[in-house]
Amino acid sequence: MLDHLLSGLLLLPILGSLLILFTNGETEAGLRNIRWTALFATIATFVLSLVAWSRFDPTSANFQLVEQGAWLSDKILFKLGVDGFSMPFIMLTTFLMPFCIVASWVSVEKRVKEYMIAFLVLETLMIGVFAALDLVLFYLFFEAGLIPMFLIIGIWGGKRRIYASFKFFLYTLLGSLLMLVAIMAMYWTAQTTDIPSLLAHKFPANMQTWLWLAFFASFAVKMPMWPVHTWLPDAHVEAPTAGSVILAAILLKMGGYGFIRFSIPMFPDASAYFAPFVFALSVIAIVYTSLVALMQEDIKKLIAYSSVAHMGFVTMGLFTLTPQGIQGAMFQMISHGLVSGALFLCVGVIYDRLHTREIAAYGGLVNRMPIYATVFMVFTMANVGLPGTSGFVGEFLTMLGAFRANTWVALIAATGVILSAAYALWLYARVVFGKLEKPELQKMDDLSPREMALLVPLVILTVWYGVQPNGILDVFAPSTEALLKSAQAAADAVVKTAAFAP
Amino acid sequence: MVQAIVFLPLLGFLIAGLFGRVLGARPSELITTGFLIVGAVLSWIVFFDVGFGRGAYTVQLASWMRSGGLVVDWSLRIDTLTAVMLVVVNSVSALVHLYSIGYMHEDPSRPRFFGYLSLFTFAMLMLVTADNLVQMFFGWEGVGLASYLLIGFWYEKPSATAAAMKAFIVNRVGDFGFMLGIFLVFVLSGSVGFDAIFAKVASFSGLKFHFLGTDWNAVTLACLLLFLGAMGKSAQFLLHTWLPDAMEGPTPVSALIHAATMVTAGVFMVARLSPLFEASPDALAVVMFIGATTAFFAGTIGLVQNDIKRVIAYSTCSQLGFMFAALGAGAYSAGVFHLFTHAFFKALLFLGAGSVIHAMHHEQDIRRMGGLFSKIPFTGAMMLIGTLALTGFPFTAGYFSKDAIIESVYASHAGPWGYAFILLVITAGMTSFYSWRLFFKTFAGKPAAAHDDHGHAHAAHDDHAHGHDDHGHGHHEPHESPVVMLVPLAFLAFGALAAGIAFKEAFLGHGYEAFFKGALFTGKDNHVLHAMHEVPGWVVWSPTVMMVLGFALAWLFYIARPDLPVQLAQSHRLAYEFLLNKWYFDELYDFLFVRPAKALGRFLWKKGDGAVIDGLGPDGVSARVIDVTNAVVRLQTGYVYHYAFAMLIGVAAFVTWYMFGGAH
Repeated sequence: MLDHLLSGLLLLPILGSLLILFTNGETEAGLRNIRWTALFATIATFVLSLVAWSRFDPTSANFQLVEQGAWLSDKILFKLGVDGFSMPFIMLTTFLMPFCIVASWVSVEKRVKEYMIAFLVLETLMIGVFAALDLVLFYLFFEAGLIPMFLIIGIWGGKRRIYASFKFFLYTLLGSLLMLVAIMAMYWTAQTTDIPSLLAHKFPANMQTWLWLAFFASFAVKMPMWPVHTWLPDAHVEAPTAGSVILAAILLKMGGYGFIRFSIPMFPDASAYFAPFVFALSVIAIVYTSLVALMQEDIKKLIAYSSVAHMGFVTMGLFTLTPQGIQGAMFQMISHGLVSGALFLCVGVIYDRLHTREIAAYGGLVNRMPIYATVFMVFTMANVGLPGTSGFVGEFLTMLGAFRANTWVALIAATGVILSAAYALWLYARVVFGKLEKPELQKMDDLSPREMALLVPLVILTVWYGVQPNGILDVFAPSTEALLKSAQAAADAVVKTAAFAP
Repeated sequence: MVQAIVFLPLLGFLIAGLFGRVLGARPSELITTGFLIVGAVLSWIVFFDVGFGRGAYTVQLASWMRSGGLVVDWSLRIDTLTAVMLVVVNSVSALVHLYSIGYMHEDPSRPRFFGYLSLFTFAMLMLVTADNLVQMFFGWEGVGLASYLLIGFWYEKPSATAAAMKAFIVNRVGDFGFMLGIFLVFVLSGSVGFDAIFAKVASFSGLKFHFLGTDWNAVTLACLLLFLGAMGKSAQFLLHTWLPDAMEGPTPVSALIHAATMVTAGVFMVARLSPLFEASPDALAVVMFIGATTAFFAGTIGLVQNDIKRVIAYSTCSQLGFMFAALGAGAYSAGVFHLFTHAFFKALLFLGAGSVIHAMHHEQDIRRMGGLFSKIPFTGAMMLIGTLALTGFPFTAGYFSKDAIIESVYASHAGPWGYAFILLVITAGMTSFYSWRLFFKTFAGKPAAAHDDHGHAHAAHDDHAHGHDDHGHGHHEPHESPVVMLVPLAFLAFGALAAGIAFKEAFLGHGYEAFFKGALFTGKDNHVLHAMHEVPGWVVWSPTVMMVLGFALAWLFYIARPDLPVQLAQSHRLAYEFLLNKWYFDELYDFLFVRPAKALGRFLWKKGDGAVIDGLGPDGVSARVIDVTNAVVRLQTGYVYHYAFAMLIGVAAFVTWYMFGGAH
């Protein structure tokens, strides 16, 4: 069993979904069983991932817990393994899944059975993305993961769910097909789809450029980067709460993971060449989407736009090719997973009570919901990157990395610090502060024990990793070091210490 | 012991914040206040221990961040500069906690209030004990958060919420510079720890750094970026707009945060980084210029304001300018000394104002006051002491520290010293004028219109009072505040009288070296601390003369000939309006930044995302696709797309398998 920890992680949610499949979803008792089964399956997966974590050596840059089996051919294997870059994402995924199940406990009423199955399958696929050590296997997980998400938005979503899922589909399709072509080209050149071998393979510079662009098309959509970000606000708005949580917390991270797993180490020269391009898109994203967020009238849309801005810090940090930039970007992704997930849960809390996401419909909630106001404040502050919350560490480190690479980039990105305070505090003021005047708000109750159980652990983690981020940063360190060593020349090209004139 | 000083307020915050509801208001008050009193006593012990005893030391707590060459620790640095700040912060905070028990006694959410006060104190202590720039930034933003929460404490008032947001966001403009400054210092020195940075200043002080298309002197650039942070926090010219609005918060908050402690963080920062600033005469010149400009500018506005708290707020802004001018002259200890004395008399003035407001049933307009001295003599006497100290009456605290600043600016002969000297001397006169104006209008003369139309006045401030309106108890006579509010006044008054004469030797005189022990760095060419004792006699006398002139003018205007100011305001309508409207900075910023940002945000959203990206991208494509599909078959269900998508993935997988696997 312990030799197959990662396959176990893939298998457990599937087992859970099979159990649910054969449960009668017609009766009240059956529905209860379905919910509990889903919760147990996700908790069991989390426990198993803790076992995997305990057997993972964070001081090593090598792939660990590797297992492989025959698959499509003798060259395309079913190969799994994790390193410092992927392990934290697996932990994040397995950690957040039980929250999603609990968040859907009462708010999802129709087709509960299918809903839970979709989530469990989605969990398997997401873990697969981070654990795959074969390019084709990665691609399958990467693309297949969209299907359950697609269904979650399309079936359990809001009024404009069809439009949203369609937009989601169009964007991702384009990127995926290009990536598929690139994967084939890599296979023909390197004669393998084994990721560790590909990492060691040196692609010719000309080819790197094309491969980089093809991968970029896919990952940029996933991030999402400006200007291919417009699917995200619509998808978030229409998705049910748990769907938004997973979308923001995990699915967006696949783009960043793709950059650090493939684009940068496999095509280092192209990465250095395109770094200014990525910087430009990143800082545009930070400023542009922050300004757009300022004017939003829908709470979820506002948070979605702020997610795009935060992901801008990630892409900026990654392509600085500095230890601070990369570790900061990776940390930012984990932190954003916790914080944005929590923010969407916070929106879900009031949405469940009033069934609207319009900012203007609220106001003065603190009078009726003081605990909620406190929790929301913590996450708002984490969202604006207040030191002492996890949001600060990622922003600080990525900007530090960017400053080393290009002072203009750091300067423009730093304006995001001002803008994020503006939109986040304004949202908070409009929803939470003020007099409680609207009659329909008079009956709002404060957090229920179930909601407390959802949000309090996230509050604790947000503050803990703000004060003690080394627990995560150190896991990234060996892999970052190894990556930068192998891509030394490229890294030197990006970080021009020539900022010093003689 | 230092750990106790720093973390007791945090503990108090957690207890009051998490369990305040369960414990009730009184236990929360007693716990937080008790912790702070302990902290204040310990701070004085540390102060004498470090300043007059064994000297600096550092307490390592834990590691914070590690990444590549960047190492950030949680640690407490205790040297004389820190010890001075510890004393200021904890003394004022303890007294404000105590005072608030009386001042806030009718507020329903007292545990929250005391929790926030303690949270603020904790963040401020982290700021002043920081051993590296990043921890300082932690405290820096932490006090910003606490300030935000406390300004917006009465969250039902839209004006309070707006002021809170404004404070946070304007401060973030400064923090933007602070962060870039940290980055540059790290790039230059490879570290964020103070000792490591200071040790390397010599090695990078000549370097040029390319930034924003220009070559800068690296140290100057770093100092200027960091100073932008200081300007935000200390409400200096251009970034000052949040401070007057911050008076929306409860008055004890104004005393603690917006007078004595938080707003002096910028002064502390420059003093702490004196080895860096000493290496850049240009940066010091900017500091002096901004400081003197702020002192003058805020002073002019203070002349005409009618809200008792806003007058004191502009005075604070102005006095902070004095401190920066001293720092810019290289007389760091003069700036810090003024910070130290100012904390006492300005907190005294604010708490005294709070006592007046309390007595007047939450009336803040000085035009509605008058003749209060006989009604509330103790508060009046305390305010008198505060006013004397602020205006620099001989042998009060302000006399020593403010005169030292003016002398040091004159003696420095560096940067824009002539400009700064003239402005500061004029400002000394204005300070005296507006302080006495405030005192006369409040305490002297006859009881003003306040009581004739008290009903009206009461209605006017209803939105200010928030839950305090049951305060009247049916009688409208001004009444003296309870003892728990008066005791802190007495302590602060003692400080305002004695802090100057007691410590002037240590800060400025022969005891300087022994007291600071290198906590403030002065370059080998910097002799301003000696030179300031040898300035010409007219320089020494100028602030005192200005003080007397200001007093005389205020006497003339508000006691002898009360019709004069009215005439003056009418004959110089434009100038009066200009000052009354605070040089129109709020309007200007609204026009320059707020509106364009909103318009741009809306434009990018509707046009950028909506028309351009979506129009050319998915919506355009989908429109074409739908046209085509409609022509071929009528596909009505949206779900078709799902299946189409699933199928495509399947096809992709199949093709992949075929091409890769099948080929072998």
